[in-house]
Parts: sequence; structure tokens; C-alpha cells
Amino acid sequence: MTQQNHGNAHKFGMVIDLDKCTGCGSCMVACMSENNVPFKEDESNKKDSITWMRVYKLTNGKSFPDTDVCYLPRPCMHCGGKGDHGHSPCVSVCPATATDYDYGTGIVSQIYTRCFGCRYCMGACPYHARFFNWWDPKWPEGMEEYLSPDVSPRMRGVVEKCSFCFHRYQAAKDKAYLEERDTVAEEEYQTACTQACPSGAITFGDLNNPDHAVHQLVNPDPHHCGRPRNPKAFRLLERLETNPKVYYISEREWVRKAGDNYLDGEWEKAKMKKTKGHE
Amino acid sequence: MDSALIPKGANRCPFPVFATGIAVVGVVLLWGVYAMGLCWIKGLNQTNMNDYYGFALWIWADLAVIAIGGGAFFTGLLKYVLGIDELKNIINLAVVIGFICYSSALLILAIDIGQPLRGWFIFWHANVHSMLTEVAFCLSLYFSVLTIEFIPLILENRQVDKVPFFHNLSHNMHTAMAVFAATGAFLSCFHQGSLGGVAGVLYGRPFAFREGLLIWPWTFFLFTWSAAAYGPCFTLLVAKMVEGITRKKLIKDNVIHLLAKISGWMITTYIVAKIIDTIYWIAVTAPSLGFSVMDFYTDNAFYGIWILFAEIVLGGIVPAVILITKKYRENSKMLLLAIILGVLGVCLNRWVMVLQVMAVPVMSFDTWALYIPSWQEVATTILPVAYGIILLALAYRYLPMFPQEKELSTEK
Repeated sequence: MTQQNHGNAHKFGMVIDLDKCTGCGSCMVACMSENNVPFKEDESNKKDSITWMRVYKLTNGKSFPDTDVCYLPRPCMHCGGKGDHGHSPCVSVCPATATDYDYGTGIVSQIYTRCFGCRYCMGACPYHARFFNWWDPKWPEGMEEYLSPDVSPRMRGVVEKCSFCFHRYQAAKDKAYLEERDTVAEEEYQTACTQACPSGAITFGDLNNPDHAVHQLVNPDPHHCGRPRNPKAFRLLERLETNPKVYYISEREWVRKAGDNYLDGEWEKAKMKKTKGHE
Repeated sequence: MDSALIPKGANRCPFPVFATGIAVVGVVLLWGVYAMGLCWIKGLNQTNMNDYYGFALWIWADLAVIAIGGGAFFTGLLKYVLGIDELKNIINLAVVIGFICYSSALLILAIDIGQPLRGWFIFWHANVHSMLTEVAFCLSLYFSVLTIEFIPLILENRQVDKVPFFHNLSHNMHTAMAVFAATGAFLSCFHQGSLGGVAGVLYGRPFAFREGLLIWPWTFFLFTWSAAAYGPCFTLLVAKMVEGITRKKLIKDNVIHLLAKISGWMITTYIVAKIIDTIYWIAVTAPSLGFSVMDFYTDNAFYGIWILFAEIVLGGIVPAVILITKKYRENSKMLLLAIILGVLGVCLNRWVMVLQVMAVPVMSFDTWALYIPSWQEVATTILPVAYGIILLALAYRYLPMFPQEKELSTEK
């Protein structure tokens, strides 16, 4: 599909309600299991372990009894890039076109067999959503039997990241084709983390489709690259114009503020502007 | 033992002394080769790089050697295209240094990538939007140009030159050298620039990101300019080192001072542009993304504002002032200080644009990431240095690298 018709295409995205997330890590486990993500014997160094979905722990920095904690799950943001034209920070820098932006789905892919491991994409990603295979994957004996046949394991020396469980979309499309349907229903394509979340904090669907829950939750503004019109919703590092497809919702002001960087006094102005914009 | 290979009229140390020196450096080289083998066989887990530091020591070394190797293209441009004839007395050295630096850079890249056997994908599946693609194409092509520029010097070896074909080939290549020098300068502008663009286009990294002209961020132009400005400093530094080690005057002072003066004015113009870029970045770019300048220089154990001061003042303004002032430039100690500061300054700039970029947190809840390279990384970074020393020693011993050597030794 070309860039010209992406206005009619899908734009799959995720909305995570941070007030519902308990930080249980089910999404991380489901993701690793679903996508054959390798792990090390010693996972204590988080800077070289692969976690396509990683849950960050945020605090409001206040002491007891005012302490508040927020758990923030961070998958790949599948950025649309500046102007939402598909020039994501990582896609635009990959020298071998080993990561690509699909204008039909808005999903940023990673082609493992083409990646030669220069890691430029990792440097370009401000979310640390990309991971290098520093080792060859090794699973405990017998565990190979549990690997998903739909996702290819990655070899040493290449970069990998969250794919929004793209293989599930392919399976759903195959099923729709067999049943002679043109469309894939909302519930037919859901990511593993969405389904695993016990508190229902994660919602997934087509941001371009007003009938989908993700659209209704954040009400993305198509004239501003999908910026959320829901005042309680935000995207990480909105000011960098990466235009992520992962949205967060929180009633807590300090959580929303933590989503971006602000100079002194800027947050108050930004908050007022946003409130006025939705009045 | 090898006197038949040594240029006529040149004095060289006895072969056993030379061989001992090469053997000592050779041990360091082998250490680097061993570490390189480990990285290729066992993978990049031999390094201390991680998912925060995808770019680390090697990429800095890569950028640094390319910057200081910039003396080759710039001196070539001055000599062959702009016709500054005095520089013929240092151009051979500049070309050999350039060849060493660029071959080292290619070697480092071959070690640095996770799947070395797929390195050719960068050409085959080229993404034209990526600065790294531009780097790969221009770097490879320019290395070919450098090889062509190096060949006539090799052909001038006393024994090789006796073969009429090689003698004529060398002569004819010399006559066409202006074309290669111009091609080299053109390619260098692009690969030096695109190396600057590698950091400058990272709009997800406010520390590195710069606005620019059309598709090129300002770092594109700053990198090209700084390589042209500081490259000659390294050429001069190596010349001084060779003169120091051999205890001989090899290049006349007027040549040294001329190149130093040109380098000084280039550094002056570069540092003015760099200061303007820095002020704009501090006042406009970073605040527009939610960062104040001190966010990039506080809350960590290493990167303080001192690094910005060291880069601009000590590595920029000080060498610029020394090199453009006749009195200081012609004082050998001041000259040496200036070229050392210049080389360190440009290397520091490349360090900042690679390693500090990776270190600065972007998400408000993220933390600074510092890293210490493993011995394998250090050894493979020293490997090109050892290789460079050996190649330079061989070139000095067997090739007529310094046209004024005979004259200067007679004067003595």
C-alpha cells in the first residue's frame, strides 16, 4: 500500500489506562511468550535484556503519606514520525530498510533477516523500545516445544522490537479471507498484552475507526497527527513530534506531566491551553 | 639488510632496530586482532555496549579517525585544486594518514555491526533517507580515491620505480591527481557531513537534534568544516611526531607554518559557526522540546558543563588564536600545543556527538546511562593505532614520503 492512500487505511494503536495498571507484569510475560522473546540466565542487568513490553515504575517524588506510584507499560510506540508521514525516528535512519512503516496499518515492522545490526535505530528511539540480540537465543531444554510457530526467533546480532503482534493480524486477515469477508473485526485482532492484562488497562484497535474503543477513548485529532482530544489522555514525548500510536490515560495530573519534558512554568500553560481547547 | 629498498640518499635506522620497533607494536596489534576475533566469533556480547549504548567507543573512534584523517582531502584540495604548491611537501604524509584513518574506520565498522556478513546490505537494500547510507557510499568511494592517491607513492619505491611500466604509471597518475583530489574533496564533504547528520537528524534525541538546511541538519556542515579545519592539525602533529622519533627535520618550517595558518583560519570560522549553533540550540531548539541546557549537563557523574567549555574554548578558541597569530604559530612549543589541543578538541566533539547523545535521558522518568568499555572494545580501538604506526613506519622507511628530506639533511 502506498503513502497516497493511507488516509483510508487502518491505524492500529493502543490506549493504556495508567490508573488501572497494577504493575503486575502480565503484559510483559504474555508478550515474551507470544513473540518468542529470548531471555538470559541472569536478567539483573535491565540494560541488555529484551523486553518488548517494559513496565516502568514512576513516583510523584513526594514522601509518605503523599507518595503516589504509577506503573507505565511501554511497548514500541509505532511512531508515525513528523507530520505522521511514516518517517518514524527509527525507520528514517535504518540504512538497510530493515525497519519499515506500513501505511496500511501504521505498524513499524522489523525485518530480522535484513537487519545487519548497526543499531542506529536504537540510538534514534527516545523510548528505548528497541533491543539488540547481544547473544544467540537459548531456551531451557524442552522449552523449544512451547515456542510460537507464527513468530520467527531472532538470531544474534540483529535488532528486535514489539510488532503489535502483527502475526495475529495476518492470521485474522487469513480467517476473514477464508470466510469471504473484507474486514477484520475489532476483537479478531488483539495483541497478547491487551488480552493478558487482568485489569483491562490496555485497549487495542484501529484509531481511524470511530467504532473502535481506542478511538472513543482518546478521540484522536486527525488534523494534528492524532493528538488526543481527551484532556486526560497523552502520548509520551509529544513535543518531539514522533507521533506515537500508543496513548496513555490518567486522571492524575503528575502522571500526565511525566509523559513529557517541560521547562519551569510550561506545564501550567500547557494544561490551561489543553483545557481551553476542549471547552 | 634492506638498504636496496630505502630511498636514495635517505638515512634510516639499522634494520634490526626497525624490526624490533615493529615487533613491539605488532604485539599490540595482535592483541587487537585477538579481541577482534572474539567479537566476530562470540558476538558483540564481548563488549559492554547495551540497549542504551547501541553506539559506543567504536563509533566515537570511527568518527574521530575520519575527522582527523580529513587532512588528506583538505590538503589535497589546497594543493591540487587550489594550486598551493608548497603543500606538495606534506601531501604524501597527509595521504598516508588519510589512508590509515579511513581503512581503520572501515575496519571498525566491520567489527561494530552485529552481522558482519550482512554488511553489504547497506548497499543492496540502501535506504536513501538514512545518513548512514550516505556515509557508507561516500566512505567506501573516498577510500578508493585515497588508495588511488596512495598508489603513486608506493610506485616511487626505489626498486618498484626501476620497472618502466610502474615508473610511467606513477608519472601519469600524478598528472591526473587533480581529478582525484577534486573527487576526494567532493566525496569527503558528503561523508564528513553525513557523519554529522547521523546525530543531527535524531529528532527523538534533543541533545543531538539540530535544525538545518533542506535535508541536512547544521551538524552536517559543522562536521565537514571541522574535519577540514582540524584534519591538518593531525597531519602536522604526526609530522612533528615522525620528526621527533627520527630526530630529523623532514618538512621545512614555511610549509608547516602555512598549513598551520590555513588550519587556524578554518578553525576560527568553524568555531564561530559552532558557537552560533550552540547558542541557537541552547536558546531555541532545546527549550522548544522541553529541555533547558543544564538538563544535559547535570544529574550525572561525568557529563558536566566542563565538556562544552573544553570543546569550544580549549579545543576551539585557544588553538584558533594560536594558529592565526604569526608570533605564536612560529613558536614551536605554542604550535605543538595548538595542534594537540585542536586534535583533542575535534575528538571531544565527536565523543559528545556519539556518547553523550546516548547518555542523556529523554523520557522524564528515565535516568542517565553511563558506560565503561570492555577490554575487547579498548583493544580493538587500539588495533587501528598499532596498524597505523606500522604502516606509517613502513611508508617512511621505504617510500620517498618527504620530498624535502634530502635537502634538509644536506643543509644539516
